[in-house]
Amino acid sequence: MARLRARSRRGPAQSHNPMPEAAISEALARRKRRDGWFALAGLLIMLAAVLTLVLLLAQLLVDGLPRLSLEFFVEFPSRFPQRAGIYSAWIGTLLVMLVTAFVAVPLGVAAGLYLEEYARRNWLTDLIEINVSNLAGVPSIIYGLLALGLFVNRFSLGQSIAAAGLTLALLIIPVVIVATREAIRAVPRNMREAAYAMGTTQWQMVAHHVLPYSTGSILTGIIIGLSRAIGETAPVITIGALTFIAFLPEAPIGGEFPYINFNWLDAPFTLLPIQIFNWLSRPQTEFHANAAAAALVLIALTLCMNATAIYLRYRYRRRVQW
Amino acid sequence: MAHEPLTVMAQLSVSATTKAHLAKRQRVDRWVRRILFLAAALSVLVTVAIVYILLSESIQFFRQVPLLSFLTDRQWTPLFSDAHFGILPLLSATLVVAAIALLVAVPGGTLVAIYLSEFAPVKVRDTTKPVLELLGAIPTVVYGYFALLFVTPLLQKLMPELPGFNLLAPGLVMGVMIIPYISSISEDAMRAVPRQLREASYAMGATRLQTASRVVFPTAFSGIAAAYILGMSRAIGETMVVAIAAGLQPNFTMNPLEPAATMTAYIVQVSMGDVPHGSIAYQTIFAVGLTLFSITLLFNALGLLLRKRIREVY
Amino acid sequence: MAAISHIDPKEALAVKARVEQLSFYYGDAQALNRVSLDLAERRITALIGASGCGKSTFLRCFNRLHDLYPESRYEGQILLKPDDINIISKAVDPLEVRLRIGMVFQKPNPFPKTIFENVAYGLKVRGVRDRHFIEERVEGALRQASLWAETRDRLQDSAMTLSGGQQQRLCIARALAPQPELLLLDEPTSALDPIATANIEELLSELKEQVTILIVTHNMQQAARVSDFTAFMHLGELVEFGDTDTVFTTPRQKKTEDYITGRYG
Repeated sequence: MARLRARSRRGPAQSHNPMPEAAISEALARRKRRDGWFALAGLLIMLAAVLTLVLLLAQLLVDGLPRLSLEFFVEFPSRFPQRAGIYSAWIGTLLVMLVTAFVAVPLGVAAGLYLEEYARRNWLTDLIEINVSNLAGVPSIIYGLLALGLFVNRFSLGQSIAAAGLTLALLIIPVVIVATREAIRAVPRNMREAAYAMGTTQWQMVAHHVLPYSTGSILTGIIIGLSRAIGETAPVITIGALTFIAFLPEAPIGGEFPYINFNWLDAPFTLLPIQIFNWLSRPQTEFHANAAAAALVLIALTLCMNATAIYLRYRYRRRVQW
Repeated sequence: MAHEPLTVMAQLSVSATTKAHLAKRQRVDRWVRRILFLAAALSVLVTVAIVYILLSESIQFFRQVPLLSFLTDRQWTPLFSDAHFGILPLLSATLVVAAIALLVAVPGGTLVAIYLSEFAPVKVRDTTKPVLELLGAIPTVVYGYFALLFVTPLLQKLMPELPGFNLLAPGLVMGVMIIPYISSISEDAMRAVPRQLREASYAMGATRLQTASRVVFPTAFSGIAAAYILGMSRAIGETMVVAIAAGLQPNFTMNPLEPAATMTAYIVQVSMGDVPHGSIAYQTIFAVGLTLFSITLLFNALGLLLRKRIREVY
Repeated sequence: MAAISHIDPKEALAVKARVEQLSFYYGDAQALNRVSLDLAERRITALIGASGCGKSTFLRCFNRLHDLYPESRYEGQILLKPDDINIISKAVDPLEVRLRIGMVFQKPNPFPKTIFENVAYGLKVRGVRDRHFIEERVEGALRQASLWAETRDRLQDSAMTLSGGQQQRLCIARALAPQPELLLLDEPTSALDPIATANIEELLSELKEQVTILIVTHNMQQAARVSDFTAFMHLGELVEFGDTDTVFTTPRQKKTEDYITGRYG
C-alpha cells in the first residue's frame, strides 16, 4: 500500500508509461470525439430514413390529396381520370383479406403451436423448421407463379377472390407461424408445470393457458402479417388480376335465406395496390393523381394496422408480468 | 392408529366418471396433435408445390430452348418473331438494381444497427424502432410510385439526360426500403454478443466506438453477414419497385442510368398481358421464376446457416 | 449403505406410498440412486438436504412431472396405496397419477385468471360441470387453505391481485380442491416472508388431518417444526430417514449430524 502511494506521488511523467500525460488526455479526447461523430452519423442515417418516410408521404399528399373525396371511394375505375375511383378496389381488398385471414390464421397458429409446443426434436421437425424459415424468404412473385400454376390453372379457381386470398394466405403463413412461436415461447415454464400438475392433457394446457396468455402477441403477429398481405401486389398480378373491374362481387351477406352466400369467392376482383399499379402504368399523367390518392388510402390502412399491432404489443407487455 | 377402510375408499378419487372423462380428454388431445401436425406439415407441402410447379412448367420450356442458349444468349425477346431466350439481360438488370440497393442498405443498415444496439439511449431506441418498422411496412407499390415520380425527377435535375425509367432510382429507393430489414437482423446479432465481452473491452478503457468496431462487430459478424445476404435476396426478389420505375424492356446493360427489365419485372410484364396457358410466353415466366427461386434459395440458405451459427455459439 | 427407510410396523401407521429402489436419470446423469422410503398416511414427511441433493427431483417423481421433458428415466417403484399402483411405471398414465396427487411449487404460480377459476380448475379438468358442487368445493378448499375469509368477497378478482403469501395459499387451495390423496410441496415458503411462512406452516399442521403431505424444504427449522418424519438426502441418495424428533436429536449418520448442526450445506 505504501509503495503504491509512493509511486503515484512520483507522478505519471516519471512512470514507465510510454505516453506522457498530455498525450494520453489528448488521445482520450480524440477517441471521445470520434465516439460523438459516430453517434451523430448513426442518428443522421436514422433521420434520413425518417426523412424518406416524410418525403414520401408529403409527395403522396401533394399529388393525391386533391383527388381524395367521398366520391373517390364510391366510384368505379373509369377511362376518365376525374371520374375514376376505388370502389371495386377497396371492396376487393376487404374480401380478399377475409379469405386470407380465414385461411392463414388457423393454419399459421396451428403450425406455430405444433412447432413450439408439441414437436419433438427430430429430423422431421428440423425439416419443417428450415422449410418455414425458407418460405419466409421466398420472393412474393414466386408465390404468384405458384398460384398461377396451381390455383388458377390446375385447381381451376380462375382469377377469383378465392385464388387471390389463398395466395396471400400462403405468403403470410410463415409470418403468423413465427409470431405465434415467439408469443407462446414467452409463456413461462412454471405456468405449464402448474397446469400439468393439475392433471391437464397437453391440449387442455394449451387451450386453457398458453393460448389465452399469448393472445395479445399472436394477434399482433397476425395484424402485421395481414398488413403485409394488404400491400402485396406482385403475386396477385401474376394470377391475372390486372383487369378493368367496374362492378362489385355479390355481397356475402344479405339477400334470401340463409343470408350468407359464397358466390363472391368465385368473382373476379381488383385490389387497392393493383389499382395503384394500373393507374401508375398509364401513360396519361392525370391518372398518377389517382394512384397517389389510392396510395394514401392504402398507406393509411397499413399504418393503422401497424399502429394497432405496436399498441397491442405495448399494452400486452405492460399487462402481463410473470 | 387405525384408519377406517371407508375413508380410504372415498379417497380413491379417480372415479369411474373421471376415468371415462380422462379417456375422452386424451382422445381429444391425440386428435388435436394430429391436426396441428398436419398444419405444420402443410408448410412443407407449399415448398414442394412451388418446386413442382416451377419445374413442371420450366421443363416444357427447356424442351424448346436449350439450357445453354438460355444461359448465354444476350437477348431476351420471347414475343418477337425472331425469338431469343437469353436470361442475361434480365439477370444483369436484376443484379445492377440489387447492387445499388445494397450500396445504400449495407452501410445504412449497419450504421443504424450499431447505433441502436451500442449507442442509442433507450428512449431514442424505443421511439425510432417503430418508425423504422413502419418504413418496412409501407407497400412496395408505393415505393415504386416514389421512385418513379419523386426520385427519378429529382435525379433528372442533376442528370438531365436520365430517362424516365432507369435502374438507379428504384435501386436507391429499394436500398432505403431494405435498411430496416438489414438493421433489425444485424441488431439481433449484435445483441447476442455476451455482455462480458463488452464489459471486458470497456474495462480496458475502450470507447463505445472501439468496443463496437473491434469487439461487437467482429464477434457478431456472421450474423451481420447473414443480414447482408438476406438483404441481397430480398433485393433480387423485389418486384413492384422495379416493375414501376425501371421499365419493362429487356436490356443487356450494366449501366444504372439506362432502363432495363429485371427478372421480376419481366414476370409482371407477361402477366399483365393475356398469355394463354401452355404457350411459350407462359412457360418463360416459370423458367425465369425458377432462376429467381434458385438464386434466392441459395442466398437464403446461406443467410440462415450463418444466422444459425451465431445462435449456436452463444 | 442401507438406510432404514421403512416405517416401523409397531407404530401402527398406515402407509400411503412405498418408494422402493427409486433411481432417476436425466439423460446419462443419475440424479437419484436407489432411494427407498415410506410415506405415512396423514402425516407430514419432510425432505431435507443441501441444494442439488435431489430432493426436488425426488418430489417431482411423484406426479411424473419429469415426463414433460425428454430423456428422463425412472427405475424402481413408487407404490401408491391402497391399490398398489406403481405410479412411475410406463404402463401408468401420468395424467391419472396427477389426478390423484396434488402439487404446490416453490414460487407461487397462480394462473392469471380469477381466484374462483384458479381453485375450480382441477374440477374443470376432471370434467365436473355441476355448478353447485364446484362452488361448494371451491369454498371448502379455500377454507382448508385458510383463505376463505380474505377472498370470499372477491372471488372474481384476478389471482394476481393477491399478496405473495395469499397466492401460495391459493395454490394450496387449488391443489386441494379436487381432494388429492397426496399433496406435494416443493419448498413452498422459500419465496415468502416470515409471517406468510408461519401462516403456511400452521396451515400444513391442520391439513395433515385430511391428506398425506410430502414437503421439500431447505429450512431445517421448518422441517423440525412441521414434519412427523424427516428424510435427509445427499448427492441423490437417502442418507437417513426416521421420526423427525429422532433425526434431529439423535441422528444415526455422521453426515446427517453435520448437516443439521450446520457444519456444511
